[in-house]
Order: sequence, then structure tokens, then C-alpha cells
Amino acid sequence: MERMPIAKAINAGLRAAMERDPRVLLMGEDIGRLGGVFRVTDGLQKDFGEDRVLDTPLAEAGIVGTALGMALRGYRPVCEIQFNGFVYPAFSQIVTQLAKLRARSRGRLSVPVVIRMPAGGGIGSVEHHSESPEALFAHVPGLRVVYPSSAHDAYWTVQQSIASADPVLFLEPERRYWEKGDVDTALAPGEVTSLHRARVLRSGTDATVVAYGPTVKLALDAAAEAAEDGTQLEVVDLRSISPLDVDTVTESVRRTGRLVVVQEAPLSHGTGAELAAQVTERCFYSLEAPVKRVGGYHLPYPAARVEEHYLPTVDRVLDAVEQALAA
Amino acid sequence: MTDAAAGPARGEEMVQLLDATGARRAHPDHDVHLEPAEALEVLRDLVLLRRLDAEAEALQRQGELGLWAGSRGQEAAQVGAARALRRQDHVFPSYRDHGFLLARGVDPLHLLSLFRGVDHGGWDPVEHGVHPYTLVIAAQMLPAVGYAMGVQRDGAVGTGDPARDTAVVACFGDGATSQGEAAEALNWAAVYNAPVVFLCQNNQWAISEPVRQQSTVPLHRRAEGAGVPGVLVDGNDVLAVLSVVRSALERARSGGGPTFVEAYTYRMGAHTTADDPGRYRDAAEVDAWREKDPIDRFRAHLRAEGVLDDAFEERLAAEADAFAERLRAGVQDMADPEPASMFEHAYAEPHPQVVAERDEFLAAWARHEQDEQHATAGRDR
Repeated sequence: MERMPIAKAINAGLRAAMERDPRVLLMGEDIGRLGGVFRVTDGLQKDFGEDRVLDTPLAEAGIVGTALGMALRGYRPVCEIQFNGFVYPAFSQIVTQLAKLRARSRGRLSVPVVIRMPAGGGIGSVEHHSESPEALFAHVPGLRVVYPSSAHDAYWTVQQSIASADPVLFLEPERRYWEKGDVDTALAPGEVTSLHRARVLRSGTDATVVAYGPTVKLALDAAAEAAEDGTQLEVVDLRSISPLDVDTVTESVRRTGRLVVVQEAPLSHGTGAELAAQVTERCFYSLEAPVKRVGGYHLPYPAARVEEHYLPTVDRVLDAVEQALAA
Repeated sequence: MTDAAAGPARGEEMVQLLDATGARRAHPDHDVHLEPAEALEVLRDLVLLRRLDAEAEALQRQGELGLWAGSRGQEAAQVGAARALRRQDHVFPSYRDHGFLLARGVDPLHLLSLFRGVDHGGWDPVEHGVHPYTLVIAAQMLPAVGYAMGVQRDGAVGTGDPARDTAVVACFGDGATSQGEAAEALNWAAVYNAPVVFLCQNNQWAISEPVRQQSTVPLHRRAEGAGVPGVLVDGNDVLAVLSVVRSALERARSGGGPTFVEAYTYRMGAHTTADDPGRYRDAAEVDAWREKDPIDRFRAHLRAEGVLDDAFEERLAAEADAFAERLRAGVQDMADPEPASMFEHAYAEPHPQVVAERDEFLAAWARHEQDEQHATAGRDR
């Protein structure tokens, strides 16, 4: 067991994958000498060379498009998109090429590309640095979308994503990069939680709070506070946005009868909306109250001095819980 | 006379080895000598490609294909370039590059299945070294560069071993040069010195938009800013295209880096069978290009050289007829895919959403079939 921040855990996961498989290579802007603007790839170019850790031209379509081509040649490229708001120049390559190539070729072509990006807000930065685009990608058939919340999961899920034969969008909670957690690097393959399983982090009986990525800590904090008032919240870390582990969520909701989903992304057409629909379809008669969602507003991400009012807070989570319990 | 009918801008040197009458021209940097047997093979490729196009267009008119994107007029650009390929090279085509498929041994029925709507192209891209067709304009160019970067990492460039050194061809048209991804691809290829040949078939028209609406400079000059040399070649001269593309491929395979080849040609037909070029271009322009027909030109050359005789023409005509007949029968016999097969291959590993939706689909389908049978049985009584 090693204690390390999420950024270091991803770095260690990338290193492990690169040591295991010489076909794994990293591509991105400033990821080599600088080690990435968040230092996630720190030291990897020095150890693996410029042929495996590529400082690319500043062109996101180029990063993803050429990664796809290298994947066709048998390589396993891991792309870093420097900031979430800069992924859109690559959107066409991701949606029209990467996501569809396996289906278009009737399974003859495989494009195991991982696209990593920092996601979510709360870092006080300028625009295009704090967005949560997970639903845009989860809506696209052919892609997988994962969003770890802890150092341990970050270490393992980045390796699982690289091993996946499908393209994976790997979102990293940027405001949690430097939060430390225990990482068990010695697990055997069979002991690692599978990539797309949700995990119950705290048991409770009164309501289920589902969170993922940066909002998991928020949900746990809210649950601790609620417990002081005698309300027992069950906290589920989704871990994966596509596919969604609806089974784990419905199992919990069948016990608690209430569901609150917490996300940073705008609510409309989002992860919470999808979960609400699926949970309603599967266990409508177990629900004691309408599903509540807490998240960003239907607005362009606001300026940094306002973001604390835009992002979900413990108070907003507890308000939603209260409304669910009152119903 | 329109721009397109007049030919390249004044002062632009265009590599040509056969003039419009088929007479041989000398060029200081380019020459190609084909043995008679190979020259006749080239003619055969040109003729069969044109026949494929004609047959497919007819099949579309008769409702057997949903759409067809024709290659008529561009045969020399495709056949010439494809002949310069080696077995290990890899092609990233656009969507009317049928000549490359034929040259790479793809059964044209695997192409017609795409335009019939049976699949998205039935050939094996790995076996034939031809990527699936790409309909998003210029979207194949960056993957082609990435593939070439993979070739470099495999140590398959500059070894001097003709069976090992590998090049990649990215095919695209005049319209594609306007895309941002085209600019990115040229730049990346230059920065990484990737073994790729950018083959632009400038057929003068991007549906209704003439090339002057895409670019204020000749297209082959668009690459210069990235440090990629550009060559302009007469795209209706199969020997010139073969020679120019062969040099560019050789340069790529030996580690010399990327080249941009502009094959100056003309789309004789509509953009697709859904298009009506009468709305945007003059018949006189089309007539002027008919005079430069790539197949007539090569035929005249072979006749003048004494390589081609009536007996070969007769055999070739019979072969083309049989080829067309096979295509027609093959398309008419082509079965629709099993509906549930659409659920296959979206993911390599099962995705629970897809699995659940497939199960629902199958259950609903079975139910509806049953209802149908009941209804039919009821009517029979």
C-alpha cells in the first residue's frame, strides 16, 4: 500500500502500462520535458524516450487522428488533451472515426486509443479549463467513458483503459489531482475491480447518493454531515459513465427508496438524467420519492469568482436529500 | 473557356509523359518504361475500372444501389498511383477511389455492398492494405499520417529492403484541401518526417464548388508552407502519374519524408447519382475534358507503340462484359444483413447497454413475427 496523490497515481499507472507493453505510447502537448501542465506525465519521457512520449504539435485533431492511425498499426496510444475545453477540435475524429471504426469494419479493425483529459472545475482558472464533457462522449456509441475519483482507482483504471480493445475517454478530476489516497499497487489482476463497476463507498439506509469523479468527495462529506443529524446516506461511486453500472445503483435504491445524483456537468441530458430514467424503468415501485439531481446549471461555465456558486456543494446535496426524504 | 477546361494556371509546370493525343513526351526528371505485358495490364485496369463505374451507375438507376459515387475521368490518376504501390504499402482512400480497391485485389462486390447499403464496405482492410472509405472530408488524412508514424516505429523505413520499407498513401480531393485537418496532416507529416504520400485528385469540382472557391493558389503549393514538396502531374496521363507517385513513394520508403502530389484531372460524371451537374457547370467544359480522356490517350499511345492490337481489344471487351455481368448478378443476389447483426461490433467487449437493447430488439421482433403469423392465419381462415 502506497500513499500518493491522484496525479502521481495516474503517472504510476501509465508507467506500469508502458513497462508491461512496448506498444503503449503517450501523445500530447507539453507532456514530455514539462511533464504535462498538471505534471501527470512527469519523468516519463526521460525514462521512455521521445519515441514513446511525444510532445506533439498543438493540434488536438492531430493528436487523436494520428493516434488512431498508430493504433491501426498495432500501437496503443494514450492521448492527453491538455484541458477539457480543448477537446473539441478533436471531436470529429473521436465521434466520426474512433468511435465507429470497429463497427464500420465489422470488427476487423481495432482502435484501442485512450484519451485522457482533466475534467471538472473548482481550480479558479480561466474559461475552457473547468468543463465536464462526459455526457457528450457517453452519448456516442462505440466509446467508453470512465471517471475515477480516487488515487487507487486512477492507478488501476488507467491501466485497464489502456488494455481495453475499445477507445476510452478517461476523465481525471482536476481539482482532486493533489489529494492523496492509499493505492494498493500489488493487487493481482483478478483482485482489481472491473473497469465499469460502480462501488458502494459508504452504506446507508435512508437515501442513495450517486456521485463520480470530483463529486465523490462531496457526497462523502455530505453523508458524514447527514449522519450527525441521524440520516444514513449510502454513497455510490459510479466510476464509469459508459457503460453505467445501473445494477449497483438499483440494488442500492431498492434498499433506500431514494436517489440523489451529484455531478458537476449541467443537468440537462446528463448522467443524472440517464440514471433517473433507467432507475425509474427498473425499480419504479421501490422509489419513495422522485429522483433528485444536483449539478451545474445550463450555462456556459462561469468565471472563476462565481464558480463556487455554480458547482454542487455539500449544502446543495443535503438540500436535495432533504427534499427526497420529505417526499 | 472555364478555368478548369483551360488547365493549370499559367507558369505551373505539370509533369506529362503523354500528351492529349497519346504522343510520348520527354521529361527531365520522370520517365517510365513498361514492358508490353505490363502496359496491357494497365490498360485492362483502366477499362475494368470504367466498366465498374458504368455498371454501378446503371445498378443505382435500377434501384439496386442506394447511391453511387463515380470515378469516370479519374481512372489514370487512380490506376497509375495504385500501380506504384508495393504489397506492404497502405492506402487511406476517400470515397471514389475505386481504382485503388481493384488494384489491391478487393472484390468489387465488397465495394458495391457499401453503396447498396448492406455494410460500410466489406473488404478486409488489413488483408488488402486499404482502409475503409472515409466520407467525412479529409478525416482519413491524420490517421494516414499516424499509420505512417507507426511504420517508422516498426523500423520499416529506410532499411533498403524493398520487401520491408513501407509507405502510406492518403487520398483526397480538391475540396478536402480546405479542411483544417488537411493542414494539420501536412504539418504533422513534415514534423515527424512520416513516410506518407498525399495524393490529391484535383477533379476540379467539390460537388458544385469549383476549385477556385477552395484555394487561391494551385493546390500542390498548399503543402510548401509545411515544408512538404508539392508536385503537379497530369492526372489523365497514367504514365506520368505512375512515375510521379512511384518517386514520391520511393522517397517516403527511404526515409525522405512526405510528398504532396496533385493529380490534375476531371470528374466527368456527377458527384454522386444524387447530383445534377447540369445545374452548375457548362457542357463545353465537360466536352473539353472529354478530349483529354485518360483511357483514349493511353490506348492511342499503345497503338502507336504497336503494343495494342484488335485481338487484345476484343478479349478485353469480352472480359469487361463478363466482369459487369458478375457485378450485376452479385449485387442482385446480395442478401440484406440479418437485422440483429447491427448489434455486433459496436464494441470489442460487451457493453451492457448494447446487450440489453439487442435482447429487447430480439424479443420485440419475435413478438411481432408471431403477431404477423396470427394475422396471416386469421386471413387464411
